[in-house]
Amino acid sequence: MKKLIYLDNAATTRVSEEVLHEMLPFFRQTYSNPSAVYSFGGEGRKAVEHARKQAAELIGAKPEEIYFTGGGSESDNWALKAAAEAYSTKGKHIITSKIEHHAILHTCEYLEKQGCEVTYLDVDEEGKISLEELRTAIRPDTILISVMTANNEIGTIEPIIEIGKIAHENGVLFHTDAVQAYGHIPINVDEMNIDMLSASGHKLNGPKGIGFLYIRKGVKIRSFIHGGAQERNRRAGTSNVPGIVGFGKAAEIAGETMEARTRKEAALRDHLIERVLSEIPYVRLNGHKTNRLPNNVNFCFRFIEGESLLILLDQLGVCASSGSACTSGSLDPSHVLLAIGLPHEIAHGSLRITLSEENTLEEIDFVADELKKIVERLRDMSPLYEDFVKNGQHNC
Amino acid sequence: MYSEKVMDHFNHPRNVGEIENPSGVGTVGNAKCGDIMRMYFDIDKQGIIRDVKFKTFGCGAAVATSSMATELVKGKTVQEALKVTNKAVMEALDGLPPAKVHCSLLAEEAIHAALWDYAQKNHVVIEGLEEPVNDIAEKEENEEY
Repeated sequence: MKKLIYLDNAATTRVSEEVLHEMLPFFRQTYSNPSAVYSFGGEGRKAVEHARKQAAELIGAKPEEIYFTGGGSESDNWALKAAAEAYSTKGKHIITSKIEHHAILHTCEYLEKQGCEVTYLDVDEEGKISLEELRTAIRPDTILISVMTANNEIGTIEPIIEIGKIAHENGVLFHTDAVQAYGHIPINVDEMNIDMLSASGHKLNGPKGIGFLYIRKGVKIRSFIHGGAQERNRRAGTSNVPGIVGFGKAAEIAGETMEARTRKEAALRDHLIERVLSEIPYVRLNGHKTNRLPNNVNFCFRFIEGESLLILLDQLGVCASSGSACTSGSLDPSHVLLAIGLPHEIAHGSLRITLSEENTLEEIDFVADELKKIVERLRDMSPLYEDFVKNGQHNC
Repeated sequence: MYSEKVMDHFNHPRNVGEIENPSGVGTVGNAKCGDIMRMYFDIDKQGIIRDVKFKTFGCGAAVATSSMATELVKGKTVQEALKVTNKAVMEALDGLPPAKVHCSLLAEEAIHAALWDYAQKNHVVIEGLEEPVNDIAEKEENEEY
C-alpha cells in the first residue's frame, strides 16, 4: 500500500498520542457529569477547569474568560450574533474583511437580514487589510470589528496588534477568528487588545467538536445556547469532558513546542515554495512570502484546474486541497483568491498544502517532483495552455 | 466520488491532443466556471469522423466526459455524432455525481461546436444542428482577462 502523505493540516490535524492518552480516562473511568454534586462529578470538574487554564495560558487570558464551545464555527457565530444583540442600543454596524471564513461571512449575511450593516474590508494582493481603510470605516454606530488572525487558505497573518489598537482607541469591540492561528503563532489578548477570540481544537492536534470563545471580562455578550448553568451560564450543554481535556492538553503542548515546531514547519514550507517557484513555470505563490502561517503554502498553477490536480496527487497518496469551484461546491472559486485580485481561471488552479511537524523533507521533495510532472501533464491537455503557447506570451 | 470508468478516462484520457488543419474545431465552456473543452474533428468526404482529438481545462469529470465523448463519435457519421447526447456520455461512464452533470452537457456541446465549425467551413447543412450557445472560439480574445 502506498504511503499516506498528509498535507491538509489546515483542514484538520491528527490527534497526538499524548492528547489521546489524556482523553481516554474520561470516556469509561471518569465519565461523570462535571455538574453533579457527588464527589465523582468533582473529578471531571477539576479536569475541565485544568483544561480551561491550559487553553487560557496560550493567549495570556484568564481561565474564567474561556468558554468552551462545539468548535470554531460555533464560536464565530456566538461572537457575532450575541455582540450584535447585546450592543444593539449602541449601533448596528459591523466591520469585517472579505477573506474571513464562511462562519463569519455567512453570519454577517444573516445579521444583515436582521438589520445590521456590515462593511467588508478589501485586502491587498497578499491578503492583508488596510489599516487606513479600517480607520475610515469606523462610524459612531460601529459595535464590532471582526478580522481573522490568519487566513485559512493563503496563510496571511493580519496586523492584529494594529487592528486591536484602532478598535480600542475607538471604543469598538474587537473579535478575531484565530482558528488557524491559535497554537501556531504567538497571540496575547492583552497586548493585542482582543476582546473576543475563536479557537478550535482539531487544528492543533486536538480532537474535533471542541473549541472556545474567549470573552474578555466586562464584555457583555450573553448566552448563545440556553438550557443550563455550564460555562458560567453562557453556554449550556453537558460539558464535553474528553474533548475539553484533549483541547487543554493540545493547547499546552502547542505552547511548549511552538518555537521548535513552527521553525521546522517554516523550513519545509520555504523549501517547497523555493522548489516549486524555481522549477515550475507560470506559478504564483498566494499570500505573503514570509508573513504567513508557518505551515501554509498556496500556489496557483496557471492553465490547469485544481480538482484534477488533487485527484492526481491523491493517487500518489498525497492529501491536499484547492480553492477551485469544483472543490467549493459552487461555480465560483474561493472568495479569498478572488479578493486578492486573481481572475477566475487562475483561481481555479489553486493548490493549498498545509504542513505538520510530522512531515519530512523527503515527503516535500517527493511532492515537488511529482507536482512538476502532474502540472506538465495537465497543461499538455489544457486548451488554455495551447492558446497561450500559440498566441505568444505577451497578453498573459 | 467518481465511478471506475470516470477514473479510468481521467487517468488514461483517450484522444488527447490537436489535429492540424482540422475539418472542424469547437471550443466550449467558460474559464470563469473552470471548464473549457476543445474538440478537433477530421471528417472525410463521406461525412465520417475519421479522427478526433480533444483538450480540456477542468475537473476530473470534465476530462473524463471529453475523453468518452471522443470515443463515442470516432468512426461515426456526422449525423450519428449529432445524436451523441450528454446522457449517452454519462451512461457510458457509469454515471456522474449530480454536481458534475454539467460536464457531460459541455461534452455534448463540444461535439456540436466542432460539427458547426465543420458545417460552416464546408458550407454544408447538418440537419438538426444549431449553433452552440457556449461556443467561445470567436469571443475568447475579447474577454477582459
